[in-house]
Amino acid sequence: MSILRRPALAAAAVGAALAMAVWAIGGGDRANAASGSAPITIGTSLSLSGDFSSDGVAFQRGYELWVADQNKAGGLLGHQIKLNVLSDASSPAQVVSNYERLIGSDHDALVFGPFSSLLTVPAARIAARYGYAFVEGAGGAPSVFGAGLSNVFDVSLPVKLNLVTFAQWIASLPASERPKTAAYATVNDPFTQPQLPLAQQILQKAGVKTVLSKVFPEEVTDYTAIAGQVASAHPDVFILGAVDVPTVSAFTHVFIQQHYNPKAFIATAGPDQGAAFVNAVGTGNENGIMVPNGWYGGFKKADSEKMVAEYIAKYGGTASGVNADVAEAYSVGQVLAQAVNATHSFDQKKIIAYLKSGVTLNSVQGPVKFDKLGENIALKTLTFQWQNGKLVQVLPLGGAGTVKPLFPKPAWQG
Amino acid sequence: MTLSAFAQAVVDGVLTGGVYALMAAGLTLIFGVMDIINIAQGIMVILGAYLSYELSAHVGIGLLPGLLLTVPAMFVLGVAIEFGFMRRLRDQDRTQMSILVTYAVAIVIEGIVTAVAGVDYVQLQASYVNSSIHMLGFYLPDIYLIGFGLAVALMAGLYFMLYRTKFGHAVRASLQNRTAADLIGIDVSRVRTISVGIGVAVTAVGGMVFGATNAFNPNTGYDLISRLLAIVILGGMGSIGGAMGAAIFLLVINDVVAVWWSPTWAPLVYFAALVVVLSVRPRGLFGRAAVRAQ
Repeated sequence: MSILRRPALAAAAVGAALAMAVWAIGGGDRANAASGSAPITIGTSLSLSGDFSSDGVAFQRGYELWVADQNKAGGLLGHQIKLNVLSDASSPAQVVSNYERLIGSDHDALVFGPFSSLLTVPAARIAARYGYAFVEGAGGAPSVFGAGLSNVFDVSLPVKLNLVTFAQWIASLPASERPKTAAYATVNDPFTQPQLPLAQQILQKAGVKTVLSKVFPEEVTDYTAIAGQVASAHPDVFILGAVDVPTVSAFTHVFIQQHYNPKAFIATAGPDQGAAFVNAVGTGNENGIMVPNGWYGGFKKADSEKMVAEYIAKYGGTASGVNADVAEAYSVGQVLAQAVNATHSFDQKKIIAYLKSGVTLNSVQGPVKFDKLGENIALKTLTFQWQNGKLVQVLPLGGAGTVKPLFPKPAWQG
Repeated sequence: MTLSAFAQAVVDGVLTGGVYALMAAGLTLIFGVMDIINIAQGIMVILGAYLSYELSAHVGIGLLPGLLLTVPAMFVLGVAIEFGFMRRLRDQDRTQMSILVTYAVAIVIEGIVTAVAGVDYVQLQASYVNSSIHMLGFYLPDIYLIGFGLAVALMAGLYFMLYRTKFGHAVRASLQNRTAADLIGIDVSRVRTISVGIGVAVTAVGGMVFGATNAFNPNTGYDLISRLLAIVILGGMGSIGGAMGAAIFLLVINDVVAVWWSPTWAPLVYFAALVVVLSVRPRGLFGRAAVRAQ
């Protein structure tokens, strides 16, 4: 057995050495590609089909908008930018294969992250193997920062704190107005699950009794039973851990059918998907539903307003209809560009060192400053609410650009 | 779990089961007639939902009247798919090859729907989508009652067609012995084409109800196909009534487990129930022979 194994090991070692040599030669090509004024390519894998396709397409639009703007401004270090997008079909296995191709085979000068924490971890591992900086906008779950990767930089909010602002607001209400009961339901996903326990702790400490707490799998195709159980419990507050529009829409429709209207209803994602969300729940029924995030279409910041105007000019709709994924993706491009410009190179080691230096960078979502894990510690969690057809910022109270929350939530429109 | 929560879960399961039976009806009919496992059934449900959406959102035709257009449109699609793809499959490996062929059909349909409609989620809206009636202490959603009624009517219609019409006799004769059917003057190819057309046409109804109860995009169909296949297998492949019984049985179990125990375990128990029943009745609740019986 050992006789057979040794030649096999030797062959594997030779193969690995050859593969690294080939990649090293590719590295020379990469350096050449970045010389002169030849275009450079930025690679990314996005979920253009499968469960995350709606988000994947929004991300693609965000990346493309940034590439167009950056090219208009002269590109990166004088190089025009080409975007190399591969589709991963929302599959963690495919995303691995895609980044192997983008870096190991296509030798793209830079890479952008995929959509969702679920895909970010395996994708970042591939990038780490090749020493690439992995700047991403939709991998904010604790599982991403606990994976022992030193090349990951998430330009968006760390998700675990997303619901804290909302929970603290409920807890701060006068006792006579404060809700008495709350229910929690979340999909089994690394993005949603870490968010609910913190909110639950805060509410319970404020005397808001938990009447129901449920975790459901991603494969659920019918939410009638789960949503019906929440409606039967009649909690004053309902917190839903959702990653997409269909989940929030399904709960909403069941609540309307069951004549149950919570005083406060917040979902971790879904209501931030703009027009698609309003269309799914039915116009008017979105009124009063809340969502935590770091950005919304009406965000008062010059580069954000410019991006939103460009988006509307290209794809139509309104500011409230712009998916927050677009801003997350655009921010990835902005942050990586600042690192490239500051280091005057496409050298991955220099880029990673710069991003880890504690410098504060700019993005359409606001400031970006990474801690040692790659979390953005400069952004503050905001909470948004649909009010009369517009998504508006309501929390933290008294913050710039905030309006008074609708509380209790208005009745369903039916 | 209280008795009322249990009862609510059973009621939800029965009504949702009706919707799933609607979606599975075409799948079981096509298998019963053609020995073809239609992996494209999920995307066909979604296509039916999109057709209803286009008519209601852009032309102003309501969901129920719109079926008068979407059902014939899906019939034509079914005929085209049978003529273009299924007819070419050889009898000896038809079932195995059909999985590959219909998967390819699903990819093509999904690509076309994505190109036309995009990937943003949509949901069908109508006055009866959110309304409900209060009966015996339960709120029964109108859309699920409509879906259940459509399922019963459609199943009865398909049963009548297969067992009480000349066309149904021709269908079953061509299934039992193609050569003999040919000899007595039945145009077997035509019978099969029309049968697939009907199987796909009824999916338009399932698609409409699914689209009114769930937000969907072109990728949503993949989540459905495993559950629809489980229903068809449990009911007895090819059995129309079996699909209805199996859908209700599985959805009641699913919903009771979700409420009583945990939603996390509901999918596991859903498929475990399939395994347990098949270990006792390998041909499903009603057996595939039912549709072919004289």
